[in-house]
Amino acid sequence: MTSLRKLAYAAALAVCGLGAAGLPAEAQVKSATLDAVKKRGELNCGVDTGIPGFAFQDSTGKWKGLDVAYCRAIAAAVLGDAEKVKYVGVTTKVRFTVLQSGEIDVLIRDSTLTFTRDTQLNLSPIAVNFYAGQAFMVKKSLKVASAKELNGATICMLTGATLELNIADYGAANGIKINSLLFDKPEEAFAAAEAGRCDGYSDDSGSVAAARSTMKTPDDWTILPEIISKEPLGIYAREGDEKWGDILKWTHMILLTAEEMGVTKANADQIKASKPADPFMQRLLGLDEDFSKQLGLDGDWSYRIIKAVGNYGEIYDEYFGPKALGLPRGTNNLWTKGGLQYALPLR
Amino acid sequence: MALADTAVLIARQPAPRQQRRGSFRAFAWQGLFLCALALFAWFIIANASDNLAARNMNFGFAFLSQRTGFDIPFHVVPWSTADSYGRALWVCLLNTLLAAAIGIVLGSLLGFLLGVMRLSANWLARSLSLAIIEIVRNTPQLLQIIFWYVVMIQALPPPRNGLALPGGMILSVRGLNMPSIEMGTAGLWPVLLLVAALCLVPVFRGLRRRHRAFGWAAPLLPAIALVVVLLSVDHLDYPTLRGFNYVGGVVVPPELIALVAGLSLYMSAFVAEIVRASLQGIAKGQREAASSLGLSGAQALFLVILPQALRVMIPQLTNQYLNLTKSTSLGAAIAYPELVQIYAGTVLNQTGRALETMFLVMIIFLGINLAISGFMAWYNAHVAIVER
Repeated sequence: MTSLRKLAYAAALAVCGLGAAGLPAEAQVKSATLDAVKKRGELNCGVDTGIPGFAFQDSTGKWKGLDVAYCRAIAAAVLGDAEKVKYVGVTTKVRFTVLQSGEIDVLIRDSTLTFTRDTQLNLSPIAVNFYAGQAFMVKKSLKVASAKELNGATICMLTGATLELNIADYGAANGIKINSLLFDKPEEAFAAAEAGRCDGYSDDSGSVAAARSTMKTPDDWTILPEIISKEPLGIYAREGDEKWGDILKWTHMILLTAEEMGVTKANADQIKASKPADPFMQRLLGLDEDFSKQLGLDGDWSYRIIKAVGNYGEIYDEYFGPKALGLPRGTNNLWTKGGLQYALPLR
Repeated sequence: MALADTAVLIARQPAPRQQRRGSFRAFAWQGLFLCALALFAWFIIANASDNLAARNMNFGFAFLSQRTGFDIPFHVVPWSTADSYGRALWVCLLNTLLAAAIGIVLGSLLGFLLGVMRLSANWLARSLSLAIIEIVRNTPQLLQIIFWYVVMIQALPPPRNGLALPGGMILSVRGLNMPSIEMGTAGLWPVLLLVAALCLVPVFRGLRRRHRAFGWAAPLLPAIALVVVLLSVDHLDYPTLRGFNYVGGVVVPPELIALVAGLSLYMSAFVAEIVRASLQGIAKGQREAASSLGLSGAQALFLVILPQALRVMIPQLTNQYLNLTKSTSLGAAIAYPELVQIYAGTVLNQTGRALETMFLVMIIFLGINLAISGFMAWYNAHVAIVER
């Protein structure tokens, strides 16, 4: 009787769109978001409206980038098809509201995970898929070697993020005054920087590298060594749907684990066919069905992620590597190689 | 004349019963409609607050007293990063009003000029005006603003070789740097004195007209005040290049210039058409009568035609002024720190209070535009022909 009541309670909660938080683990745990995605047959993924490296459309209109690869990975895990994603380009202004209102299922939009957004906006930070920090790019002809020499300089940047706040804080901490000029769109900001309206351009390190690549002569610009803020960019979900959060979190972990264990898009089939004895490898490739099913998805979800997008290193190389934006891995390398990317153990 | 008014009133007296019954019915319907509207508004608000609560979002303006921590690059009143979000609202509201005020004045003058040129007997003036109007009003305003901005920052020299203009002004891609007037120990009191003296001028002029007593003070007081102001000026602060930028003086940023240029030119094309139509709407006989009295072309325009044309112009001009004020928000595209850019941008993002910031920005724009409409309505009533 009580279990029936619990079931009714869970169903009522799911109908109300509140998720099934607070129910004991042994009961059938439901995720309102997961159910909605499955029913829709499509993942609504909130991404940047267009920024090289993270999310952009190529000449044929196909979405590409690190954040886009994460959307594809989630769709592959949940729906079995990486193409079943509806990309919703969101601006900095509306991104959190769009997520709160349920228009998108997940927000992967080079957004910094912060205290205020966690507590005040009631969002759930899931994982850091890109460790960035605010950096400066200046014309080489100014002969500036350090951000500490920027006293009195004017820096162009985009509004709607925490860039202007970081610069004011950095200036105050170092006893200098850096003027900020805030633009709505990158095109005008780049044009202003190019024309010398400001002495430099500032954004997260990944975006600065992207900005430099769009300058008329990228070699005229130098990126200063200082990183003046911590910008852990990552994935946000709505609070109150832990099950959905688990799926998102472990999608990220699978991408890291695959790189750690040397599994790539190309060799995944081969390794799977060779029937590996390593229990971690078995779990990674979906050979241990009972284990894989604990997430509430079918046994093959992790294997499908790797087949769809490759491992984290492959994605990084494709969009930030030497052939793309030429941004060194740095803090985004695996912990075993001196970086910060650390996968929780698959057990 | 009062007698005539009374006569009209008496003449309108008949058939009061029917009118009253009609007005009661109208009143009932209006009351019902108002009631429905209030219910609808209540439903919307209740629904919104329910949904906000369901998403763990709350509505409140407590954030206005919190410290902002960011810099506003252009401000007409003092601003520091330690100031509150409320202060930021005031700072960027002034930026918006500044751009709107300059844009409205310049746009009206230019529009008037273009409109008169359109009716000129001179072929060159007529065609030039037509060409400008057609180009300007047939292209998007945002595009024009960005165009002026990009052209300007491309054309102007870098700060290290800025153009030295007369009077210690320097023009560079960083804007127009001008010397500022630094007052001595008396601060702004002499300036207030001058303002007070100027305010008293009409009073003394009235006295002179009526009693001829104290009349001599009318021009004298402002003159004395002006001397006091000039004496209390301590020094001029000239802009000098130090490091990356000019230090000292005041700067008019290229963003403001481009925004005002884009806004006023765009509005002037529409104003020109309004002016042309209104001038053409005045009966030809008026002009002929004016010239038969021996008035010159300019005299006929300013003394006879224009006062009559104004009545037609003003309601239409009001629309243009309202549009221009709203369009100042396009300044966000070119980094002009106005209300929409700072409030619906930076502040919204830092506080996460999308509803509240949007609400504030909308209320403020509504307030500004209602004030403009109100002023224009008053002015219209002032210049309208009083019909009896």
